[in-house]
Amino acid sequence: MEKSEVNQDINQQVEKEVNVGQVKMGSNDLKQKIGFAILRLSSWIMLIILAVILYDIITKGIGVINLEFLTQSPRRGMTEGGIWPAIMGTVFVTMITAIVSLPVGVFAAIYLNEYARKGKITRLIRMAIRNLAGVPSIVYGLFGLALFVSGLGLGRSILSAGLTLGLMTLPVTITASEEALKAVPNSYRQGSLALGVSKWYSIRTNVLPYAIPGILTGGILGLSRAAGETAPILFTGAAFSLPRLPSSLSSQFMALPYHLYILSTQHHSIEKVRPIAYGTALVLITLVLIMNLGAILIRAKFRNSDR
Amino acid sequence: MKSSKISRKDEIAKIKEKMIELFFFANGVLAIVVLIGIFYLLLSEGLPTFREVSIKEFLTSTRWNPVSYSNPEYGIVGMIVSTLMVTFGSLILSVPLGIACAAYLAEVAKPKEREILKPIIEMLASIPSVVIGFLGIVMVGPMIARIFNLSNGLNAINGSILLGVMALPTIISISEDAISSVPEEYKQASLALGTNSWHTLIKVTLPAALSGITAAVMLGMGRAIGETMAVLMATGNAPAFPKSFFGSIRTLTATIAIELGEVPYNTTHYYSLFAVGAVLFVMTFMINLVSDIVLHKYGEGEN
Repeated sequence: MEKSEVNQDINQQVEKEVNVGQVKMGSNDLKQKIGFAILRLSSWIMLIILAVILYDIITKGIGVINLEFLTQSPRRGMTEGGIWPAIMGTVFVTMITAIVSLPVGVFAAIYLNEYARKGKITRLIRMAIRNLAGVPSIVYGLFGLALFVSGLGLGRSILSAGLTLGLMTLPVTITASEEALKAVPNSYRQGSLALGVSKWYSIRTNVLPYAIPGILTGGILGLSRAAGETAPILFTGAAFSLPRLPSSLSSQFMALPYHLYILSTQHHSIEKVRPIAYGTALVLITLVLIMNLGAILIRAKFRNSDR
Repeated sequence: MKSSKISRKDEIAKIKEKMIELFFFANGVLAIVVLIGIFYLLLSEGLPTFREVSIKEFLTSTRWNPVSYSNPEYGIVGMIVSTLMVTFGSLILSVPLGIACAAYLAEVAKPKEREILKPIIEMLASIPSVVIGFLGIVMVGPMIARIFNLSNGLNAINGSILLGVMALPTIISISEDAISSVPEEYKQASLALGTNSWHTLIKVTLPAALSGITAAVMLGMGRAIGETMAVLMATGNAPAFPKSFFGSIRTLTATIAIELGEVPYNTTHYYSLFAVGAVLFVMTFMINLVSDIVLHKYGEGEN
């Protein structure tokens, strides 16, 4: 009630009445306090979960990380040496994924945002995209095996795996690119169209350039997911252990997530390679989080410079 | 507007524009082609199973033993039950926690708090499933074994916990969208009647967002059903019919992951794994479709 003594306007009157009301509803007030406290606790549990995960992997993985671990091939049945081929395998397959997924994703988004009219086909395309996003990753693996590995005869190879991951990330790239195109103000389009240029010219010069940061942000987020995926590459090209880097598109390859799976479940002396497994997990998580951070930084920079 | 004499150049430009549009259209249609292609390939590779196995056995038998030399068995009921066990187990964890978190983010949290929590949830979503599975082996498993006095902690509870953690970001972000899109008027009307914000949240805002929250839960469920690596690594994978949450289970996804790497191409066993994939596809497709319809039933905003 101290407040009301200081203030002297009508608000004071209102406040007083509200306060009186709240005194009457004391039990409701308590309920609200407890309720909000529970909600807040639930939210901060997310931080605890993330912290526990990162803490465990960082503290137990950091010990094995050194130059040799990052630059050498595995030796003595993966109990010694490093994970260089797995790191580079993941980098390569993610690059193929980008080559497959980014152009198609951007083109499809251009259609949806710039050309598509309301109608059945457009609705169907959108529904297909949303449903593709929900197809289990192992089903993409089956699809890749049936289509690329055996159907098109590409065999178990880094190309088959990259194509499979590329299709899998397509919904993410399309959605992200469309969001980015949508954020470009309509006046940009109208301004150039009014000068008499063709639609495609207008898109190319006055729309796409402004959407690129947004497209990159979404694209990188999609790729970071692809880099961490295991199920789609299980049967399409990932190899147990290879001493060398893949030499061509038809080579099999090692990948960080698959390597972690092998080390933690399939190895003959699982306890012995546990530190290496932790190290692999740390490298994988670092790679994925760096990609995410990159995406966030691009987004932040774009926002600051544009608005 | 145009002069009656359209020059050749204009015509070529027009055709060129049309071709460009057609090119982008083809890329858009690819999404439909891929979706149909996935289903078609699952069927064409899965259906040959039923040359040797009856559909009835496949869908009703609890015994899965394709590698038996004398009497191979192809019943997927055990896997479906396993999948549903971990899926519903995960929802027990992720639904209350996820909705509470979403409500907090949408209605209670200060902007500063949101700015911290949102990236945390995004980061949680970006952790690869194989890493979550690994933690199921090295962290959650031993914990469960100790608490319940079991010889090992690789069981349905472990899988449920991992899947719950993985479903959380999906449930939170979609529920949050649903909750924050409840019209401000609803809340103000409730507050004007003298209720407090908690009462408004529970009695007005959340019920108004119910359809969106339901869709969020279903999407989380679809994700849990289709998740492979975490359950593959953390649930023990015994092919026998699941006995309890404390026992080892083997989901649809894990069965495909374990067996497809080793079977020879074009055998009944090989085909049967595609048939399992088709069942998985149909289950997740249905769930996604329903949640899609719920989320986008007012499709006017789309072009």
